Amino acid sequence: MNRFNRLLMGTAIGLAVSVTSIAAFAETPGNMLVIANRIDDITTLDPAESFEFAGSDVSRNIYGKLVNFDPLNLEAGYGPDLAESWTVSEDGKTITFTMRDGVKFHSGNPVRAEDAAFSLRRAVILNKTPSFILTQFGFTADNANDTIKVDGNTVSITTDKRYATSFVLNCLTSTIGGIVDKETVMANEADGDMGNTWLKTNSAGSGAYSLVSWKPNESVTLKSNADFYQGAPSMERVVVQHVQESATQRLMLERGDIDVARNLNPEDISGARGGAGIAIDDELRGRLMYISLNQKHPELSKPKVRQAIKYLVDYEGMQNSFLKGQYVIHQNFLPATYLGAVDENPFSLNIEKAKALLAEAGATGMELEVGVREAQERVEITQSLQNIWAQAGIKLNITVGTAKQILGRYRARELDVYMGAWGPDYPDPHTNAGTFAYNPVNTDEAKATGLLAWRNAWDTGGLTAKVDAAVIEGDRDVRAKMYQDIQSEFRDISPFAVMFQKIEQTGRSEAVQNLNLGGAITAVSYWPVTK
Amino acid sequence: MASTDNNGGARGRAPFPPWILTTVRTIGSIVVTMLGLMFITFIIGRVMPIDPVLAIVGEQATKATYDAAYQQLGLDRPILVQFFYYVWDVLHGDFGDSLLNARPVVDDIKRVFPATLELATLGVFMGIVLGVPLGVIAAVKRGSWIDQIARVIALVGYSMPIFWLGLMGLLVFYGILGWVGGPGRVGIFYVDVVPSVTGMILIDSMLDGNWEVFKDAFSHIILPASLLGYYSLAYISRMTRSFMLEQMSAEYIVTARVKGMSEAAVIWRHAFKNIRVQLITVIALSYANLLEGSVLTEIIFSWPGIGQYITTALLSADMNAVLGGTVVVGLVFVLLNIFSDLLYKVFDPRAK
Repeated sequence: MNRFNRLLMGTAIGLAVSVTSIAAFAETPGNMLVIANRIDDITTLDPAESFEFAGSDVSRNIYGKLVNFDPLNLEAGYGPDLAESWTVSEDGKTITFTMRDGVKFHSGNPVRAEDAAFSLRRAVILNKTPSFILTQFGFTADNANDTIKVDGNTVSITTDKRYATSFVLNCLTSTIGGIVDKETVMANEADGDMGNTWLKTNSAGSGAYSLVSWKPNESVTLKSNADFYQGAPSMERVVVQHVQESATQRLMLERGDIDVARNLNPEDISGARGGAGIAIDDELRGRLMYISLNQKHPELSKPKVRQAIKYLVDYEGMQNSFLKGQYVIHQNFLPATYLGAVDENPFSLNIEKAKALLAEAGATGMELEVGVREAQERVEITQSLQNIWAQAGIKLNITVGTAKQILGRYRARELDVYMGAWGPDYPDPHTNAGTFAYNPVNTDEAKATGLLAWRNAWDTGGLTAKVDAAVIEGDRDVRAKMYQDIQSEFRDISPFAVMFQKIEQTGRSEAVQNLNLGGAITAVSYWPVTK
Repeated sequence: MASTDNNGGARGRAPFPPWILTTVRTIGSIVVTMLGLMFITFIIGRVMPIDPVLAIVGEQATKATYDAAYQQLGLDRPILVQFFYYVWDVLHGDFGDSLLNARPVVDDIKRVFPATLELATLGVFMGIVLGVPLGVIAAVKRGSWIDQIARVIALVGYSMPIFWLGLMGLLVFYGILGWVGGPGRVGIFYVDVVPSVTGMILIDSMLDGNWEVFKDAFSHIILPASLLGYYSLAYISRMTRSFMLEQMSAEYIVTARVKGMSEAAVIWRHAFKNIRVQLITVIALSYANLLEGSVLTEIIFSWPGIGQYITTALLSADMNAVLGGTVVVGLVFVLLNIFSDLLYKVFDPRAK
């Protein structure tokens, strides 16, 4: 449904509701949490393979990890989960985890160091899409048995070189760090797949919930684990129902048939706000919106032009109009709530200043091509840029295309300007630092298409070395400071104008307490929820 | 001469009974139609500017990951070779696995098609039961207030966006009045309560003798089915009216009236009898359209049917699922067409 139709619907429903009233006819049971969400992105529930938002939501509640985030205190960073403690070797390459005693899988099998080692080795050997989160530490299918070892009640992992402990542990909090029940999984192995086919649609974890069913594009049902080591969850059953349409989610919430609506659009958020028994939560997520300038372009590679462009964005205007409630101004490559994140946003729309900078650089009468994917909010941002840049004498030609068309050209370093979004892969600052500010070889032949800096042909200069240094810094606070400094420099010199960070707005019944969606660093947690 | 006579006798008799020829012709037309449909859909799927590999590996994947997935999908082979393998697999009942959820597409279709079948059947049933009498009455009472009402109903049905009407229906009958169940096929308390035999919850709950579930499922289906039924009604009633008007002005109707037949007999036994064949085409088309899956209705009512399935698959570049869904929808059209032909023969002696 396009924006106009959504507006029409929001208005129509708003009008109708204003003259009538939707009483909460029904109410979900006190021990059951019912959520409306778009879950059509789930492709698998195997933690070694799952890499989508809705899949991560399910996985986080099913699988324990060696270390994990406390949903009621995300700011504290990772803490013990199935490992009750850990030590780091003197050379900084080996981390040894001591397993928590008395924890059981849903099958009743005890959670052992052997299961933890198996789960990590399995993720490396299966080599599915998210496996790079582990293999970046030098683990391979060949060396997995030597680098991930069991000794009694401990499991140790040895990386190929020294990395910041916080980097390794943050990565272990990802979905791929989920610990599976080796006995159950291997009992369901087929054709040497280490239980991958079975685990796509079944669960073998030790977390707060186990999987009852997943029906693609229909629902996910979880039941609570009465033996959960942190205590049995208050919600004995969680049902996530796939409801595509925002207005439908709103009706169900107002009617009391669901407890939480996760995909309300701005019109429905403003309509539902203030409704009887309904609360609206804003939570920052990890997705960033940015524009970038190809440094192969002779004019765009001039430092003053790069600076000028950052003053040619109507940050406030967009935030307060078509992005209202969905994005907040954020001009740094680490999303708020990440280790090392900063909240300095020094740029604002200043056409005169931009014009002066362009004139100083001798860049006048530029005509540029911007590539953007056919997503509504991205196109709207690009149209705003086109309008503003025209006032500074820059003609911006917009090329809208599919992901394949636009990304293909972006990866081939062909676009002058790219308008895009970036979501972090794992909850460590290196995930974004290692792509925005890192580019060891800037030649076409390097074909480092995974690096945003390379895609824009930007030689990051000293920043690459600084990113390398930050990723091995053992002291967490010092490391955080290093990323803050990198971002400060990045803001000034880079060809990237990071503009916004995603906000997720959720409608919930006021009766639902302690629902944490995971912020920018993790996924939703159902086990602390009460009603 | 004798041999000539023999040959002449052979020419006079058909080598096979007519029913065999008809059957062969019908099967031949199904095969050609389905092969053509598969070929066109397959080619479109391969040349359209969406990338199934990107859909699987994500836009942040490395080139090595991308290349591995590309080869795994067999996309490095010539298109005709890919098509040949696809048809071979389909003939063995294998539509391949969904590129995204890695489940067999056949299993997914077994799950989503009964949902659409149930909804569309109830919808077209309402369309027939209400639309045909309305069309007949509108024709007989041409220009009367009933005709005007029928015209307005049809006009609204043709012109009102279905998502708007659907959401308004939800708001009024579910949100405000609470007369019907909300989105989804069944309330959350009744999910998976009855064993799936046909995949159609109304029938499965009846088979199971679980009337609680039946009642709940009925309260969920009645609104989307009425919505589809309304659109079906609008089409069927207008077409019925038009067919009937043509018949009512025919000379044999005047003759029947002159003979003193009752008006009811004139309308139903004579005029209506003669529009049955045309009506079958209209109803079959209407039913086929509903069986394609009404995407917007399915989205608004969170109805996990084939329309939503194919659309989601298309947007996710899951071409195996798109192809599987399209083949099933195509097959439905072909089968309905054949069924209509059979009914023609029952109702129209000239077609025998």
